[in-house]
Amino acid sequence: MTPSAVLVQLLNGLASASSLFFVAAGLSLIFGVTRIINFAHGSFYMLGLYLAYSLVDRFSAHIGFWPALLLAGPMLGLLGALVEALLLRRVYHAPELLQLLATFALVLVIKDATLWCWGAEDLLGPRAPGLGGAIDLLGRRFPAYDLLLIALGPVLLGLLTLLLRRTRWGTLVRAATQDREMAGALGVNQAWLFTSVFALGTMLAGLGGALQLPREPASLSLDLSSVGDAFVVVVVGGLGSVPGAFLAALLISEVKALCVALGTLHGFGLALPVSKLTLVAEFLVMAVVLVARPWGLMGKAPSSSRHRALEAPLQPSGPGLRASAVVVFLLLASLPWLSAGAPYVTVLAVDLLVAALFAASLHFIMGPAGLHSFGHAAYFGLGAYGAALLVLKAGWPMEAALVAAPLAAALGAMLLGWFAVRLSGVYLAMLTLAFAQIVWGITFQWDGFTGGSNGLTGVWPAAWLADKQVYFLLTLSAAAGGAWGLRRVLFSPFGYAMRAGRDSALRCEAIGINVLRVQWLAFVIAGGVAGIAGGLFAFSKGSISPDVMGVGRSVDALVMVLLGGVQTLSGPLVGAVVFTWLQDTVARSTDYWRALLGGVILLLVLAFPMGMVGFLRDAVWQLRGRPGGGAR
Amino acid sequence: MLRPLHATAVLLALIALPSAQAQVPIKIGEINSYKVQPAFLEPYRKGMDLAVEEINAAGGVNGRKVQLLTRDDNGNPGDAVRAAEELISNERVDVLMGGFLSNIGLALADFAKQKKFFYLASEPLTDKIVWGSGNRYTFRLRPSTYMQTAMLVPEAAKLKKKRWAVVYPNYEYGQSAVNTFRQLLKAAQPEVEFVAEQAPPLGKLDAGSVVQALADAKPDAIFNVLFGADLAKFVREGNTRGLFQGREVVSLLTGEPEYLDPLKDEAPNGWIVTGYPWYGLQTPEHKAFLTAYQGRYKDYPRVGSVVGYTAIKALAAGMIRAKGAETEKLVAAFSGLELMTPFGRASFRVQDHQSTMGAFVGKTRNDNGRGIMVDYRYLDGARFQPSDEDVSRLRPQ
Amino acid sequence: MTALLQVRGLQRRFGGNLAVDGIDFHIDQGELLAMIGPNGAGKSTTFNLLNGQLRADGGTAWLGGRDLIGLRPREIWKQGVGRTFQIAETFASLSVVENVQMALLSAAGRVFDLWRAARDFQREQALGLLRDVGMQGQAERPCSVLAYGDVKRLELAIALANRPRLLLMDEPTAGMASAERHELMVLTRRLVAERGMAVLFTEHSMDVVFAHADRVIVLARGRLIATGRPAEIREHPAVQEAYFGTGLSFEKRRGAPQ
Repeated sequence: MTPSAVLVQLLNGLASASSLFFVAAGLSLIFGVTRIINFAHGSFYMLGLYLAYSLVDRFSAHIGFWPALLLAGPMLGLLGALVEALLLRRVYHAPELLQLLATFALVLVIKDATLWCWGAEDLLGPRAPGLGGAIDLLGRRFPAYDLLLIALGPVLLGLLTLLLRRTRWGTLVRAATQDREMAGALGVNQAWLFTSVFALGTMLAGLGGALQLPREPASLSLDLSSVGDAFVVVVVGGLGSVPGAFLAALLISEVKALCVALGTLHGFGLALPVSKLTLVAEFLVMAVVLVARPWGLMGKAPSSSRHRALEAPLQPSGPGLRASAVVVFLLLASLPWLSAGAPYVTVLAVDLLVAALFAASLHFIMGPAGLHSFGHAAYFGLGAYGAALLVLKAGWPMEAALVAAPLAAALGAMLLGWFAVRLSGVYLAMLTLAFAQIVWGITFQWDGFTGGSNGLTGVWPAAWLADKQVYFLLTLSAAAGGAWGLRRVLFSPFGYAMRAGRDSALRCEAIGINVLRVQWLAFVIAGGVAGIAGGLFAFSKGSISPDVMGVGRSVDALVMVLLGGVQTLSGPLVGAVVFTWLQDTVARSTDYWRALLGGVILLLVLAFPMGMVGFLRDAVWQLRGRPGGGAR
Repeated sequence: MLRPLHATAVLLALIALPSAQAQVPIKIGEINSYKVQPAFLEPYRKGMDLAVEEINAAGGVNGRKVQLLTRDDNGNPGDAVRAAEELISNERVDVLMGGFLSNIGLALADFAKQKKFFYLASEPLTDKIVWGSGNRYTFRLRPSTYMQTAMLVPEAAKLKKKRWAVVYPNYEYGQSAVNTFRQLLKAAQPEVEFVAEQAPPLGKLDAGSVVQALADAKPDAIFNVLFGADLAKFVREGNTRGLFQGREVVSLLTGEPEYLDPLKDEAPNGWIVTGYPWYGLQTPEHKAFLTAYQGRYKDYPRVGSVVGYTAIKALAAGMIRAKGAETEKLVAAFSGLELMTPFGRASFRVQDHQSTMGAFVGKTRNDNGRGIMVDYRYLDGARFQPSDEDVSRLRPQ
Repeated sequence: MTALLQVRGLQRRFGGNLAVDGIDFHIDQGELLAMIGPNGAGKSTTFNLLNGQLRADGGTAWLGGRDLIGLRPREIWKQGVGRTFQIAETFASLSVVENVQMALLSAAGRVFDLWRAARDFQREQALGLLRDVGMQGQAERPCSVLAYGDVKRLELAIALANRPRLLLMDEPTAGMASAERHELMVLTRRLVAERGMAVLFTEHSMDVVFAHADRVIVLARGRLIATGRPAEIREHPAVQEAYFGTGLSFEKRRGAPQ
């Protein structure tokens, strides 16, 4: 490779970096001020591109290409303001991360709305007038439009810096980013500040999308692919830091451009396809940066939020609850006979139980231990693949493989947990995501061992379990046993220590508790239980592919936990059952099932900000007049 | 712990007994990623619906009406298998068909094998579905990755280009297309050399970097497997940067309306592609299909339309031959089953259950801002197969 | 008799600045030793060097046969050193008695017990500790609903759980009303006497210092400038100068500076 080739590849990286920065800067601002993990940011980006396509198509003849294109930005800003004022404002005081659930629902709704408005076919816009061609650069042709993008990134950085440093609004934004409560105390009209920041961030996402019009078609998969990248950039840069986001966008884009430029490296008789690293390059960068710098490149240790939602002490189950648990278990155990005429009930019930166990394992670290994991599917997947590979490659009997599945998952959790517990908050969550993506990437690429993107087939249960009803009973025993075991741990000294470590790490250390070790073990336990769920899943489906450890499954688990209520022990079980069942039912009832599912989740979020079980519990306390009771 | 109220409500709501019907229709259970791949699957669904209407208007199959039940798998093999269970146990469908993504196709095929239930894989392209993971109960309609690549190789060899670059989406479809291409081209033209390889993640092509890296390798010709949004980005960037100037491009699937039409005025000239030139086919079987489709939907058909339409027609033909819809009879009837498709005559091979439905190979042309195929001919899929010994070695016995 | 804690040459540098510059002092068993000094004198740094939150650049702090310098907070706790924080650190989602049980569990080495229920572990001892600080009536309340003075007392009970020889209290009365302050210090004095331990505390309120400390050490600009009984310190010219410049004394500025 010649030096001029490298130089031009670096320029390519700069153009990508600018595109990335537009989306990431908005996300960073929004997170800095509102602390919302905005999954819908990518949807706004996608909408920006679609809208720009239509605006240019309809109006460029009248008002010119550029005004039509840029109009998409303010329009998205307006939409952002509406979303914030009408929806998010209602859930700011809910427990942490609940806003995430609301934005997840928005993703579903926006995706289906876009499909409805613009249709399924990709829409490629026109080239930019005047910048459609290429210029000669070091003997190569370089798109003129990319030069514009390269310039726009630093321009945006400059404008944002001016806005943040030189205006009163900017001062307020910076104050709120550093200390939300203090900004409130300064007499800032918080509602107005939040709305304006959200609108600005959304506008930048929309503009970012619109600016891609001359480069790529509007397509329905842009939302998730762009929000993933944007989050990585924001976290690598340091949450809330706009210059950090710029730096991170540069770093990631250049690393990718160099991976592509290197192509396949040959040496020592081996061919190393470096370009394939682009599959997970951004996550590799994130993992390395976070391990070296726990708050990203330019972030600061966050001031701990002083008004974390209060959680009541745990109360052991009384005779009533214990009796009803037994009744539910017996009812479930007799399900194969009760539903003899409708065998699908057992099939679905297996999926519900697997989801419930998976959600319970995520809740175990997310709730009591306070360690948010965005990559919990990794352990589910390690369990599933561990079990499948032991059967297929090592020839183990299915029963033994199922027992070993949690060990594979726990081993993975042990490795990641060691790094992860040294971080906190969203950084920790994103490191777990990075790890999950790296494991996913390895599984996806390793054709010879894991079956690559196609996955593995022929993972069926032993003959005596082949009958779905018997398999259901096995799943029920494992899920009930797993959930009961997790509950038992929560009431043990270790469970107390998990909650203690979450409430006050300082106090823990001052009474001799090694918080990192407690959290590490919590990771391993949660990973192991997720692995049980993964193993059960594999044998219930007969085949697995890398999506068992994909981002989608991690997000589903988060949604289940939040839907049920993160502060209750039975919440995740109920959330998992409701979510999985809703998805199954809704998907059969209408073509636009994603929008319907999103709508239902939005309603649930607005009606039950504490989660469904949290709501029930609070209602019971109201009736009994027990303001300070326990979490069940 | 589950609250009893919730659990029982959930479970009771699920218990829906199938209702008895006077004249029992033949039920086809169809599973696909409708929401994840709408661009391909909306025309596909239209094709299926058209076929069902035609069959029922003509009196059904063996005197029974045909009923189509579709399920969305959310792009997820686990959900697909659950949908299959639901269709079989709740809806009591007679056959399963569907699948677009290869991993879902393979999951359904393995499910069919385990449950000994008939499955027609309509769309998935992966070679494994009839070879490495092939089984007695699974048949596949669409020409496979291997077949379509094999159709392009003679054309590629005719170019007599020595230095080739390959670019493909980084997953099994792209990998196996490129492996087949390399292997067959080397056999046809031993002096060929592969000078660059780029495998961007599906849907996340960094077009600028990839195009430049390919250009820097100075290939004489390029084999492309990108499709969808990646293809559009690749073509525009390649046009801008002059990647295709003085270079031949051989490109899989690019002549299909699904992928060629969105390119609009970027549509390249002279690429050698597989595809479907619906606008120029004059055979009576295609004319009949085109007229019916356009009459019904006021839209032109895509490849998906043909596949959906033909899959239903194939099932009907198989059931007529089998005089029923029981799996074992159908399996016997499908082996060697002859049928007429909008593309012409095809049959399901006895040795690997692959249909011989072919594809059109031709060149692209930018016709006033719209991509079309020219100089195309239909290649019968029966001619683009490995030897029977190779197949029997690949396929588990 | 040898001192309980013997500090020698304690040193800590921030950048080029010596925040703590070679401090020597000791604490005897049964003693309440106050550490005072104007803002920036090095009190907090000294305190955090002794409790392990900061690493020292030099010096020793012998407690019994063991040097505390270089140990982590949880290891220092194992040497029999309890502590309270300026802003009380307790476990908000545990009940009052569970907060104390957590400390008892740790003292018994049972933190990694995953199976037996924690609820009944040494409940009587926990209630006894709560009784010692006057919190037995609130044992079952969630910690998150307590009044701040009660949180402070709970923190004291937690700190006593492993029968410490030495208690480090960082501004024990910060954020409390005057009556509450003296109550807390009287309580502390009683505990020191009953349990034969010693207390080192930092304090802004001179009222509290002069009323409750047995001895006072005074820091200014990272150095120890005076040590003695409260009455001596009150009259010490160097102390008065450090606090007020010349011409003023604690009598003329009662209660200040806060």
